[in-house]
Amino acid sequence: MSEIPGDLKFLKSHEWARVEDNGLVRVGISDHAQGQLGDLVYVELPEIGASVQAGTGTAVVESVKAASDIYSPVSGEIVEVNEVLNDKPETINEDAFGDGWIFAVRISDRGELDELLDADAYAEQIENEDH
Amino acid sequence: MQLGLHPGASDNRGFPQGARAMTEKTVLNDTHRASGARMVDFGGWDMPINYGSQIEEHHAVRRDAGMFDVSHMTVVDLHGERTREFLRHLLANNVDKLKMQGKALYSCMLNEQGGVIDDLIVYFFDEAHFRLVVNAATRAKDLAWIEQQAGSFGVEVKERPDFAMIAVQGPNARAKVVGLLHEVDRARIEKLGRFAAAAAQGPHGMPLFIARTGYTGEDGFEIIVPTEHAVALWQALAGAGVKPAGLGARDTLRLEAGMNLYGQDMDEGVSPWEANLAWTIALDEGRDFIGRKALETQKATGVPRLMVGLVLDEKGVLRHGQKVLTANGEGEILSGSFAPTLDKAVAFARIPAGEPGDVRVDIRGREVPVRVVKYPFVRDGKPREGI
Repeated sequence: MSEIPGDLKFLKSHEWARVEDNGLVRVGISDHAQGQLGDLVYVELPEIGASVQAGTGTAVVESVKAASDIYSPVSGEIVEVNEVLNDKPETINEDAFGDGWIFAVRISDRGELDELLDADAYAEQIENEDH
Repeated sequence: MQLGLHPGASDNRGFPQGARAMTEKTVLNDTHRASGARMVDFGGWDMPINYGSQIEEHHAVRRDAGMFDVSHMTVVDLHGERTREFLRHLLANNVDKLKMQGKALYSCMLNEQGGVIDDLIVYFFDEAHFRLVVNAATRAKDLAWIEQQAGSFGVEVKERPDFAMIAVQGPNARAKVVGLLHEVDRARIEKLGRFAAAAAQGPHGMPLFIARTGYTGEDGFEIIVPTEHAVALWQALAGAGVKPAGLGARDTLRLEAGMNLYGQDMDEGVSPWEANLAWTIALDEGRDFIGRKALETQKATGVPRLMVGLVLDEKGVLRHGQKVLTANGEGEILSGSFAPTLDKAVAFARIPAGEPGDVRVDIRGREVPVRVVKYPFVRDGKPREGI
């Protein structure tokens, strides 16, 4: 299992958020989550321009046997989606914290970022899940 | 997102959880964990769902050779002079098809209403000894039912927890197994016919019961081995280049091969006529098996539902429980999954009888067109024409 990058923030439900220099928030699922789901075969991406609410279903990832809703960690507008996942959903298995990002949000309330777990708190959570 | 979703093969749809207090482990449990398996609860058993990549394991079985720990399945030996007579009564297929020692037969075990209590394989040893292999998740109810019926035939029902079972499957599976056998046994096991079994000596002289059966659509063997030798056999197979495969791959392999999963594709509320299991029903003259009357009535009047194969050509995945819309009303998906050999999703569905017209599946509120096809979806490692 790869290291959890220290600049990421997390939902308890395993989505990560990365605040970029341009103010966009890029979103994906954790390496732990992809490992639990197994080989991913399909990703249903949101539409660019859609508005999303923090904590609500925004995308869907499907592994061989299970479909899972992906919640957006923050509210705002979808400004980018990772089209690579249409043909290569396994990119999430290969690089969950990098090339396997799913969508990017122009955040409407930066205060929401404070409600997310930092990398250490998330690491502790999955540590506890495993026992 | 929600983790801890049961990955399909591991759930217990259609039948209640047993009353076991603890998860059971096969004798290979430590071996699986040492090779990095992801373990899940499967019908009360702690079993490997994959060893890294379910899709790679699937391809290994289609292209070369893979092995599955299926020791959770229940081996039951039946002893007594009237065992054949008992099985004529217990099973919907006719055990009289078993004439040669070691031959095997697939059958349903029905209740009086013609519903499927379980599907199983029966092996013929001699007139006073037959062996059943039944599903793990149905173990308790199967044993209770078999014992209840066996009494009046004087047949002794003996579970065999002293055995483990390893399925070795794939185009190169038989050759790899045969290479591990004692020289004197090799030619005989190499010639073993489909759905036949024989005893042989494995590595270090361990006694094996080798059946040319499986649940993947590939050639191969299912090997029953005394538990104390199971780890050594697993390691010898790994040394011969057989790749460990989890229950995840087993599920996609059997779906592609058109094989039913008990609890998902049929159960006690489903007749074999509605589960594409007519080929396993022997309505031979004068044999009074449990459920026969109900089956004959259903056959005469026709059953209201059919089981069909579906292929999704668009992106997306067909899943158990999704609604199927047809010209004659709604049906539902039974087993559904992404199929690695086909690189698209396939499913079994039970739909209202009659010409279904244009069929669609409701995927999260979206009606997606699917094709109704004859299955198996995959044969001899290749997609069937038209799939």
